Amino acid sequence: MTSSEPSVGRPIRNAEAVRLSEIPILTTDHWRQEILRATRYSAGKKEWRICALFALPKGGAFRLITVLANNREQSLTVFATDVRDRYPALTPDVPEAHLFEREIAEQFPIKPEGHPWLKPVRNASSTEYFKIEGDEIHEVGVGPVHAGIIEPGHFRFLCNGEDVFHLEIALGYQHRGIERALQGGPNKRTLSYMETLAGDTTIGHTLAYSLAVEGLSRLDVSPRAELIRGIALELERLANHTGDLGALAGDVGYLPTASFCGRLRGDFLNLSAQICGSRLGRGWLRPGGVLFDLPKDQTEGFLSKLKATFRDVKEAAQLLWHRPSVMARFENIGAISQQVCQELGIVGPAARACGLRNDIRHDFPSGIYRNARIHIPTRHSGDVFARAYIRWLEIQESTRFIEAALRSAVEAPISKPTTQAPLQSNSIVVSLVEGWRGEICHVALTDHLGAFARYKVIDASFHNWTGLALALRDQQISDFPLCNKSFNLSYCGYDL
Amino acid sequence: MFDSFVSRFNQKYRTIGFPKNQPHLPERFRGKPEWDPVACARAGSQCRACAEACPTDAISSTRPVLEMDLGRCLFCTECGSACPQKAIRMGRDHELSVRRRDALLLKGHDPVLEKAEALKREMLRVFGRSLKLRQVSAGGCNGCEVDINVLNTIVFDLGRFGIQFVASPRHADGIVITGPVTANMKLALQKTYDAVPTPKFVISVGACAISGGPFRDHPEVNNGAEGMFPIDLYIPGCPPHPITILDGLLRLIGRKK
Repeated sequence: MTSSEPSVGRPIRNAEAVRLSEIPILTTDHWRQEILRATRYSAGKKEWRICALFALPKGGAFRLITVLANNREQSLTVFATDVRDRYPALTPDVPEAHLFEREIAEQFPIKPEGHPWLKPVRNASSTEYFKIEGDEIHEVGVGPVHAGIIEPGHFRFLCNGEDVFHLEIALGYQHRGIERALQGGPNKRTLSYMETLAGDTTIGHTLAYSLAVEGLSRLDVSPRAELIRGIALELERLANHTGDLGALAGDVGYLPTASFCGRLRGDFLNLSAQICGSRLGRGWLRPGGVLFDLPKDQTEGFLSKLKATFRDVKEAAQLLWHRPSVMARFENIGAISQQVCQELGIVGPAARACGLRNDIRHDFPSGIYRNARIHIPTRHSGDVFARAYIRWLEIQESTRFIEAALRSAVEAPISKPTTQAPLQSNSIVVSLVEGWRGEICHVALTDHLGAFARYKVIDASFHNWTGLALALRDQQISDFPLCNKSFNLSYCGYDL
Repeated sequence: MFDSFVSRFNQKYRTIGFPKNQPHLPERFRGKPEWDPVACARAGSQCRACAEACPTDAISSTRPVLEMDLGRCLFCTECGSACPQKAIRMGRDHELSVRRRDALLLKGHDPVLEKAEALKREMLRVFGRSLKLRQVSAGGCNGCEVDINVLNTIVFDLGRFGIQFVASPRHADGIVITGPVTANMKLALQKTYDAVPTPKFVISVGACAISGGPFRDHPEVNNGAEGMFPIDLYIPGCPPHPITILDGLLRLIGRKK
């Protein structure tokens, strides 16, 4: 344990339910000091980062639930403070808190005093934007409707000629009220919400939910079901990473890889469909297990399809790295430094592209990842190339993982969940999953009846959109599509 | 340079023969729901297990005959799991597109889906061989977008049918809507529709755009595009399989019957 550890928090494990009464409640000053101390960046190192920070209404006041993570030490801790209508904001000292505090101020009548930019996170009618004054400064506004089949969001570039001084990203157009609707659950719609938090991350979010419910109801999952879940999660990663490599190739006009990967992404989705019937993995995972297994007589056929698809992805990816015209457009574009990455709390492939070896599968493993360890690759340049290359390295690792998992042949029936077991009352559980975009964090709090008093969802995109904004600084505006694709963040997973 | 030619050769020809050939769908594909009235009757006259399990209340009645709204169905299999007699299951029929909202209401023992007809003659003359569409994502989960995007890959090669997704509504003949139409997107969707020159048409893809999907009756959404403008084609699913979407588009322009 390090000296920066908040000595006051309740240490918890991934997906472990603890009583709400066990969460230490600090005075607001003490709470703020502990967060500042734990998340301080010094001498190139930052021990703790904010996983979750949100308000829970409590009588006339609010409890600010705080979850911090230390990937290197593999520790999670939770503590809280009670506030009425205001408190001194963390953001001036802890940049990674900025969106969490904006969200708190939007959802409840609480003012984090001293926060420099308390603009709503999901109210798209807000028309207040950053401004830069000057003779040759101009603004370029794009969206919410974009020139393609993609989700809506508003991007506002502050430019001098072609150069971008700053990009402001205003989202909220996909806001459909999921967190609000989850309160009082679980009910018959809860799983549909989980599967549609971010449709391209159906497995990641449904797994996080399943872990949370299993923690709260002490459900056991059979080893075979854990194995199938691992395969589902890695197939989702393979499909999306492959699609991203193709899209990046398309954005620099290198069409061979773009068209090969378009097809190959679908081949990975079809492997998911082979097991569960849905390309996105709908109706596959459930608390307590999985609904579909890979029949034993199909294992060989499945593996040979996986291998053939991987072989073609390898070829398509190698074309990129050997093409000077591609590399010239990937290297030194949209770079963020490791310091910025840490201070913003960036997660997933974007963080690993800056040299941070953070990965939930390794640092806070659950299910099959407790036994089958995953190799976590990193790069150090933090640019579009690093983010692309990390994906290629992860494609290799995920393929290897699935092969090894299926070869290990856990001989046991999958656990087919039946009726919902009751959830432990007055408890909190934090479940973490490494989705293909990065850390997915679900925090469930139950009331005295075991229903959800609050269900908080933090998609990797919530941490990472600001990373994209900073990657665009001092870049050419024409590099935006490329930088955007290199992060490929979720709008709906952020808007909820 | 040479390696890209070799790759092109290695990666083979991948465009599917659809619609001439039957599509290759996974064994566990979830198409049009099917039910067995005899098994259903065995469950007794009070049984409403399927209707109660359905997350979107797509099943409105179980007696005397089952009534199901395909426009709300998420194809999630919860009804089949809940049925004590296993009388409901997802079938294999992938041709699900219709031209009228009420055609999505399945009723009775063996309901036949009134599959989408082609546009009227004059519209066909204008759009039949060149159809430009503008997609608007209005809420939802990006799942429908994922499976529409796939149509642009070499596997489906949408361009060979003269269909293209374009960047500007000014260049478009119609719009494709996904998502439950959030309050935050309603104005942008209306503006996009208004910007498309007439004659134009609207295609709703997915349970959200047709009925609000899992977000139905949330105050933050509009329960889909229904009521905002006339809808010319409904493609149900959550999300619909790319083949189902392609089938609908081809039927609309008279390329598939």
